[in-house]
Parts: sequence; C-alpha cells; structure tokens
Amino acid sequence: MAEQKNRHIAFICSKGDLDMAYPALIMGWAALGNGVDVTIFFTFWGLDLVTKKRVDKLEISPIGRTSFKMSLMGLPTGNLGIPGILSILPGMTAFSSWFLKWKMKKLGVPPVREYIEMLHDAGAKMYGCKMTVDMFGLKKEDFLPQLDDVVTASDFIDMTDGAQIIFI
Amino acid sequence: MTVDLTQISFNEEGFMTDPHQWTKEIAEELAKQEGIETLTADHWKIIDFCRQVGLASGKAPTLRQITTGTGISTKDLFALYPKGPAKKVARIAGLGKPEGCV
Repeated sequence: MAEQKNRHIAFICSKGDLDMAYPALIMGWAALGNGVDVTIFFTFWGLDLVTKKRVDKLEISPIGRTSFKMSLMGLPTGNLGIPGILSILPGMTAFSSWFLKWKMKKLGVPPVREYIEMLHDAGAKMYGCKMTVDMFGLKKEDFLPQLDDVVTASDFIDMTDGAQIIFI
Repeated sequence: MTVDLTQISFNEEGFMTDPHQWTKEIAEELAKQEGIETLTADHWKIIDFCRQVGLASGKAPTLRQITTGTGISTKDLFALYPKGPAKKVARIAGLGKPEGCV
C-alpha cells in the first residue's frame, strides 16, 4: 500500500487571554486523540501559554467583552452584561479570571500548564515565534520545557506544508 | 481460533452498538484491525477501565478520564494505542465514540 500522508493540523496561537488560550489546546488534544498530527506555533501574546512566569497567570478582563453576561454566574439577569462602570473597578479582572478557571475546573478541564504537558506527551510539536521572542527579550530558559524550539515564520511555513492551518 | 464478527452489530463508523455483545476475543480481533497485534497487560488495564466506566455511565471515557483513572501516563497511552487512542480504545472496548472533549 502506498504511504499515505497523515492529516496534519497547525494552530497559530496569537492571544494570551485565558479564554483564547483554550481553543487550540482543546482542538489540538482532540486531533491527537483521533490520530491527527498537531503543530502549534505561539506568536505574540500567545507566547504567554508557554512562558513559565505567565502560564499560570493568564487572565480574562470583563472590559469590552460583550458576551460576558452576568447570567454566566448563575444570576437570573438574562442578557444583562457586566456594567462597564463595574468592569473598571480594581479586582474585576482577577475576579473574572478566577471565575472562569473555577467554571472550567468544575468541567474537568485541566489548567493551561497541564494541557501543554498533555499535548507534548501525546506528540504535538510546539514552537515559539523568533521575532516575538526577540522583541519581548525572552530566552530559551523562560519557556516551559515542552516548547520544542524557537523558529522563524519561514520555518513554520516549511514545517506545515500540506497542513490545515487554524489562526487563533 | 478466529472470532465471527458477522454476528456482532456495528454502526457505520465501526463501533459496536451493543456493549453487551463484547467479549475479550472480540477485543483482540478489533485490536488487530486497529494495528495492535497483541494486547498486553497495560492494554487490558485501559480496556477494563473503559468497560467499567462505559457500562456504568453508557459513555466511553475520554482520554483524560483514562489517564487519571488508570494512572497510565499520556505518553504511555499514546504509545500503547498509537495514532488516535480516543477512537481506538473505545472501539476495542466495544463502546461508542467518546463524547467528552478532554
């Protein structure tokens, strides 16, 4: 039988907000579970997901987040959002972040650091964006050991030949 | 001895539709179809756990439930059932496709 090229999905993670960290992790994990090759490229704020000092401190701010409704907290407030005037109060970002983490923990969703470990152990390849790393002044030792390498955009394009690419 | 799979009902994706028809011999046969020639003790540990969860809840466990429930690491799970353990394990254990995301 002729050698068939395995399906390959590449995710580009460009956001470091708590809610934007999860799409690639969840879909990447599902892909690996279904026998699909996975490559993840962390660029710009997305690097927070694999930066030792940042990975456990990802946050979500209620400011400007119109989908973040009070009903998410189990309040019978229907479509009412978190009032902007409350969102700017000190502690609201910490509260929102804590709340989202608590919600996900209840569902059995692991924290980002553990997810990165799971993906690595399941065979995902993970790379940091060289330009961002240079811009932020980061070094190899600043990253989780699961990050395979820091590569250029051109390297990423080369290694994802034929892959389906998802930008987050 | 070969197992007669024609008496067993499967859905269009190849998953058994009645987990009670499952036997260890069927599991061995399905494993061969998935490219796993021999089922070792570790393979069985995972299958047994899936059977337990599957029969109790009606749903095949997710990969994370398997690793936390059996103590088998993610790395080992993917080595035991290479290239797509989620579907492979559920299929060999005679259960449906896992429904959870994690």
